[in-house]
Amino acid sequence: MTPLLDVQSLGKSYGGRIGCADVSLRLYPGEVLGIVGESGSGKSTLLNCLAGHLPPDTGRVIFDTRAEGPRDVLTMSEPERRMLGRTDWAFVHQNPRDGLRMRISAGGNVGERLMAVGARHYGEIRAQATDWLARVEIAEARIDDRPSAFSGGMQQRLQIARNLVTGPRLVFMDEPTGGLDVSVQARLLDLIRGLVRRMGLSAIVVTHDLAVVRLLADRLMVMKDGHVIETGLTDQVLDDPQAPYTQLLVSSVLQV
Amino acid sequence: MIPMIHVENLAKNFTLHNQGGASIPVIAGAGFSVAPGECVALTGESGAGKSTVMRILYGNYLAQGGSVRIGTIDITKAEPREILALRRETLGYVSQFLRVVPRVPTLEVVAEPLLALGRPEEEAFDRARDLLTRLRIPERLWTLSPTTFSGGEQQRVNIARGFAHAYPALLLDEPTASLDATNRETVLTLIEEAKAGGAAIVGIFHDLEARARVADREIDVAVFTPKLA
Amino acid sequence: MRDTDYNFAYLDEQTKRMIRRAILKGVAVPGYQVPFASREMPMPYGWGTGGVQVTAACLTPEDTLKVIDQGADDTTNAVSIRKFFEKTAEIAVTERTAEATIIQTRHRIPETPLTEAQILVYQVPMPEPLRFLEPSEVETRKMHALQDYGLMHVKLYEDIARHGEIATAYSYPVMVEDRYVMSPSPIPKFDNPRLVSAALQLFGAGREQRIYAVPPHTRVVSLDFEDHPFDPSKAPHPCALCGAEDSYLDEVITDDRGSRMFVCSDTDYCAGRRGEAA
Repeated sequence: MTPLLDVQSLGKSYGGRIGCADVSLRLYPGEVLGIVGESGSGKSTLLNCLAGHLPPDTGRVIFDTRAEGPRDVLTMSEPERRMLGRTDWAFVHQNPRDGLRMRISAGGNVGERLMAVGARHYGEIRAQATDWLARVEIAEARIDDRPSAFSGGMQQRLQIARNLVTGPRLVFMDEPTGGLDVSVQARLLDLIRGLVRRMGLSAIVVTHDLAVVRLLADRLMVMKDGHVIETGLTDQVLDDPQAPYTQLLVSSVLQV
Repeated sequence: MIPMIHVENLAKNFTLHNQGGASIPVIAGAGFSVAPGECVALTGESGAGKSTVMRILYGNYLAQGGSVRIGTIDITKAEPREILALRRETLGYVSQFLRVVPRVPTLEVVAEPLLALGRPEEEAFDRARDLLTRLRIPERLWTLSPTTFSGGEQQRVNIARGFAHAYPALLLDEPTASLDATNRETVLTLIEEAKAGGAAIVGIFHDLEARARVADREIDVAVFTPKLA
Repeated sequence: MRDTDYNFAYLDEQTKRMIRRAILKGVAVPGYQVPFASREMPMPYGWGTGGVQVTAACLTPEDTLKVIDQGADDTTNAVSIRKFFEKTAEIAVTERTAEATIIQTRHRIPETPLTEAQILVYQVPMPEPLRFLEPSEVETRKMHALQDYGLMHVKLYEDIARHGEIATAYSYPVMVEDRYVMSPSPIPKFDNPRLVSAALQLFGAGREQRIYAVPPHTRVVSLDFEDHPFDPSKAPHPCALCGAEDSYLDEVITDDRGSRMFVCSDTDYCAGRRGEAA
């Protein structure tokens, strides 16, 4: 099987400081990969390099495009990369304010990606927006409200709807449940899991929350000081960690 | 007959890096086979390593040596995605504890293994309803998340989920613990049905009667425990 | 020789060359906003400093200039600019659309069809049609470069969602020659169809330091949705003075009791029709 995403020896430095170094990974269709580590471990740098938000210094990011098969995303032209970013890729930010247009209605936020790829029928755009709001459990009556009138959890669900409306194949998520109440987190995780399964999505989820990856991720990558120090099946890494740092990380979680 | 599960020369150590790097050998030289339709019970004192063996068989623990072949896959050397596919299609595991996403309705929890295989929703939910009925989970609870259920109810939901798909290889970790007589009988019947359906089963049964009824053989894991120097 | 101390048309020749280069580039790339080094003019920003600089760079001594503001030749702004060029360039001026070779305008396109011998110069307060939605200039330039225009339709979507129709009545965005999305300046959308013209159309934004152009006979399409097509609607009245039914009308309050009348905003057009009738 061709991997959907094939990352080879990716590296990024900030001057003399290592952001991430020599990261290689393969993501197959339908797989969810969790990346865990503490603040400064390089997990966000890695995610931003993969998603094209940051130019890495070394390495290749090969994506299996629909039209032309595997292509190195880093050597694509800007228009190609943007097109990828609003069709096959999606990026869910930790802070919904970074991923939403706060002055545009919920429906407009969801519809933007459709219009960006050429949708020009208002009725159809609106119908799709309504459908997607329902899928993320936002009442149709709220379609013309601005996100600023929404709660944090609703904003995050709206961001997910906005991202998934074009049927992407790969979703990057940066601490998708960070900053939310526990009960809201649970609802969001359930929602993401359901969408991932029904749409056959592949996802890379960066988080410091081990409970989140246990529920969402098939596989786990543990990062420390910019390096990948352990990878494996999520439950295996969490239940039988091998690296000293992973053992420390797992044993540091408060049990409820 | 070709065994469904074949364990050879298995070894497992725990290295505790944060406790002075102590390495504790827990299993060495373990080997056994389970044929389709056969149920093998692991026995031994508490702490002898029964659960550790089960977890290695499921790919939850890493082995330090030897091989564990499930069907055609050596789980000790397989890629994560191969193990995931194996768990989806071939290898089931019923543990004592339910671990699910909060808020997901019970019916969906039970149907999930079939949905993950891409079976039609109708078939998956029919099977889930059937199992929940047999295990006497009241219908009014089906739309609720099992996270709020009693221990016994949670265990039965877990069993229903474990038996939703007819896995060719099945691992059972104390499936009848803390069940009343009626539900225990249902679970034993489910195990017998799985055996009749050709499943190779490895189980841990503290319930001696249950063990005697469903297990064809017993393996004392004490023989796999390394002799401490 | 002239008896003023001004250089012809106020600006020095080097500045006019700089502006002409920007205009030529704008003509070569229709709808593209060309940055230029806008000069301080003897009038405040917002009074047409961009248009005046473009006009100054285009004027020759043989030109006849017409200046309109909201369609009228006799408003303060139009009169001031006309006088400014009468004094600094000593060119002929007119109020008749057909007689002018250069027409500087604020917020209207004349009703009388223009010809290939004419230049229409627009005063533009905000040249960037995407600005309302995207505050970053770096990002909007990138969006133009990549034809990343989904956002423009988001604005129209918001209109329909809120008002049931595209409520944008002026500065209605257009697509120029299938390439650049452009703001036509705050002309009423009624005028949009006339952006397809035989005349050269130049747009000057003084404060924002941008010049852009629509060459003669360029394709200019108003953005819309398939199920909400562009509609250049106007008030459903004939002109109270000349009876025209095809012109853009201003609403005029005639007393303190709320009486009103609708008259052509294009004063020359209206006067011309009344002259014909008389």
